Amino acid sequence: MPPRSPVDDQELVERARSGDEEAFALLVTRYSPMLLRLARMYVPTDALAEDVVQETWVAVVRGLERFEGRSSFKTWLFRILVNRAKTRGVREHRSIPFASVGGGADEDGDEGPTVDPARFTSEGAWTSAPADWHDDPEAALDSAEALRIAREAIAELPERQKIVITLRDLEGLSSDEVRNVLDLTETNQRVLLHRARAKVREALEDWIAS
Amino acid sequence: MELVTAYLDDGLDASDRARFEVHIGACEHCSAYLEQMRVTLRVVGHIDPDELEPEVERELLAAFREWKAGGR
Repeated sequence: MPPRSPVDDQELVERARSGDEEAFALLVTRYSPMLLRLARMYVPTDALAEDVVQETWVAVVRGLERFEGRSSFKTWLFRILVNRAKTRGVREHRSIPFASVGGGADEDGDEGPTVDPARFTSEGAWTSAPADWHDDPEAALDSAEALRIAREAIAELPERQKIVITLRDLEGLSSDEVRNVLDLTETNQRVLLHRARAKVREALEDWIAS
Repeated sequence: MELVTAYLDDGLDASDRARFEVHIGACEHCSAYLEQMRVTLRVVGHIDPDELEPEVERELLAAFREWKAGGR
């Protein structure tokens, strides 16, 4: 991906609102990859994800005049996407009950600690130490193989963890933005993120150890 | 270890943060874990997004033009 354009969203949104097609195209180029990736988590196929992204942009075009900038453009855009993707996901019998999330515990059947308890003694000390990854060549973790391992680990996460880690660590949204896009509490957001990151870490650890 | 994400997010209050840092500073295993989490985030951040099909992008621009021409 090319480096982020210096033109900020707000300026592009205002230009698009006044009919500047180039500004709209820049927004589409800037955000569609993220939207696609996010949509793909709610619907079962790439084709459906593309449909959802397309619908989202059409909704953006129609809603541009009403967008008042109370939230960031990104938050607004992602909320539209998530709403549409959820609707479509339900239709495709693949809904994700984000709205029904109550406390920190989740329905992913996964409420245990994020580091294998066997790694600790009864006093809480580590029995097998996490390796110092600095001893490994940095190159190993920057390799395409490490990316593949991380990508696979994310793909295997429970849906809500997958969505949170994708928004936070791949798309670079802040915790506040993620909470707003997904209607999560701060605690919930953090628990989901932590579980997701811990599993990716574990996958990388297993890979390095092998 | 469940505090690591809160710590990396600046989500701990001053006293918890101080206690966390004292422990991490004293425990090489926990500090290795924290470092692994940082490296994990860096690896994840390097995963490239997929691109939108050019034809979809063209359709969107056509939709934009229609909207513009529609007198809004």
